[in-house]
Amino acid sequence: MAVKFDLNEREVWDGAYAASQALRQAQVDVLAAYPITPSTPIVENYGSYEANGYIDGEVIMVESEHAAMSACVGASGSGGRVATATSSQGFALMAEVLYQASGMRLPIVMTVVNRALASPLNVRGDHSDMYLGRDSGWIQLGAFNAEEAYDLTLCAFKIGEDHSVRLPVMVHQDGFTTSHTAQNVYPITDEKAYKFVGDFKPVDDMLDFSRPVTYGAQTEEDWHFEHKARQHKAIMDSRPVIDATFEEFEKLSGRKYKRVETYHMDDAEVAIVALGTTVETALVAARELREEEGIKAGVVAIRVFRPFPLDQVRLALKDVKAVSVLDRSAPGGAMGAFFNEVSAALYTTNARPLVTNYIYGLGGRDFSIAEAKRIFKEQKAHADIGHITTDIQKFSGLRGPEFGYFQTLRG
Amino acid sequence: MQDLKLLAQDNRGLYQLEAGEDLLGWHEVTQGSILPSFEGDATGIANMKQEERNYSHYNSYTATVASWRVLKPVYNRDICIDCQNCWVWCPDTSIISRDKQMLGIDYDHCKGCGVCVEVCPTNPKSLLMFGEHSSFEDALSQWPEKKKKEKK
Repeated sequence: MAVKFDLNEREVWDGAYAASQALRQAQVDVLAAYPITPSTPIVENYGSYEANGYIDGEVIMVESEHAAMSACVGASGSGGRVATATSSQGFALMAEVLYQASGMRLPIVMTVVNRALASPLNVRGDHSDMYLGRDSGWIQLGAFNAEEAYDLTLCAFKIGEDHSVRLPVMVHQDGFTTSHTAQNVYPITDEKAYKFVGDFKPVDDMLDFSRPVTYGAQTEEDWHFEHKARQHKAIMDSRPVIDATFEEFEKLSGRKYKRVETYHMDDAEVAIVALGTTVETALVAARELREEEGIKAGVVAIRVFRPFPLDQVRLALKDVKAVSVLDRSAPGGAMGAFFNEVSAALYTTNARPLVTNYIYGLGGRDFSIAEAKRIFKEQKAHADIGHITTDIQKFSGLRGPEFGYFQTLRG
Repeated sequence: MQDLKLLAQDNRGLYQLEAGEDLLGWHEVTQGSILPSFEGDATGIANMKQEERNYSHYNSYTATVASWRVLKPVYNRDICIDCQNCWVWCPDTSIISRDKQMLGIDYDHCKGCGVCVEVCPTNPKSLLMFGEHSSFEDALSQWPEKKKKEKK
């Protein structure tokens, strides 16, 4: 029996510590990991809980992230509650097994501390690794601060393990800006947190000897498509389960989450659409601009990146005139992936607001309130003129001559 | 010659994998492509013989999966000493043996790799590879004589 961990009503935790505490409270059966910056402290803290008797589960140290996710797949298929943590290159090394986990419908929870992908090598936060997971079939939740990293990690177990979902879930937080920044966190008691998450109820577990099952079947052109379609339905159908989980969590904690978060959008004329810690920067900028210059600025933030909430994004932005979608990942010869998705949602509205794309913050480059204000004002100028006057894709916070691609054909 | 009737008594090799039109739709396939091996409660299944087990139609046991075999092993009962070497080495569980007596080859699962022939210790061999379409009678009539030991 695990030793009781004393918690204060208010704790000062960084995002990594917050995530590790949520993993402890969920009473994970197996955590298999290969620590990597900046997610290292999640595993390090969790390891210390194990060493000091605060958890009953197993911790498996493996030889690589590929092995870490493979161990998670084995443990989850055997019928246990399973979690891990990773970042960047580790995430990339897991990529193959991520698809295995979602394809086999294994509700593994992975706390991802977002970090840039090499080359050049970089340990700071951007969303390259998060984007790498966007077609992997995992549910992806986004935390913007330490409190949310804690809350969403608890929610992740409940969502993924729901028998109508049965999918792996990633909980993303930004490298260093969230993971290593100490902030106020109001934890829930161990009893309440575990009761919220609930006992793990296995499905098709390999340790059920009365019903042996085959995992990892081969399906060629006559079967593969049907299995992938059913898997897609599972992640799309997880939306009401996510909503219900957030509602239940609000009753427990008083903290309200939505798949798409909106800030000052009721009367907004211009908006920034963002992910991660940038949301809070943009929010401060919007508030200041409203006070200082009367610009009706609003922020739309994606809490659940997958399944992508196309209908809710559209609803949130249908009344604005100009939008900038911020992508914190090197686009590699295209428009930002997030821009493409938000634009696709907006294309199905009657208003079709003006949409531009900023690539920003790569490798942990700071994104300031002043820069967010500048982008808001630029959108305001587009709105006033009635068309986009700049390149559609631009780079924010980049040294050197102005850099961008493609011009609008409208207006 | 192996008793083909005896080997056909259970539910082995009933289905073709390339069944075609009446395959399940996306709404009917198993979650996570996870396939139960048996129908009903399988507790204690390890102590049962294959022909007594209630294999599910997802299990390859009930399917015939050997269509691409080019050469087949033919079993000669008259020479076999029931040493079980072939049973131990077969990579596809396609040697059928009961009470340590060799019964024959499971042609619904044998891929024709020839390992059983390679490991057979008798002289001449009790298992030899023949063309897939040659008859058992022809194969047995062509069986070689015992080889004499070469003098050193």
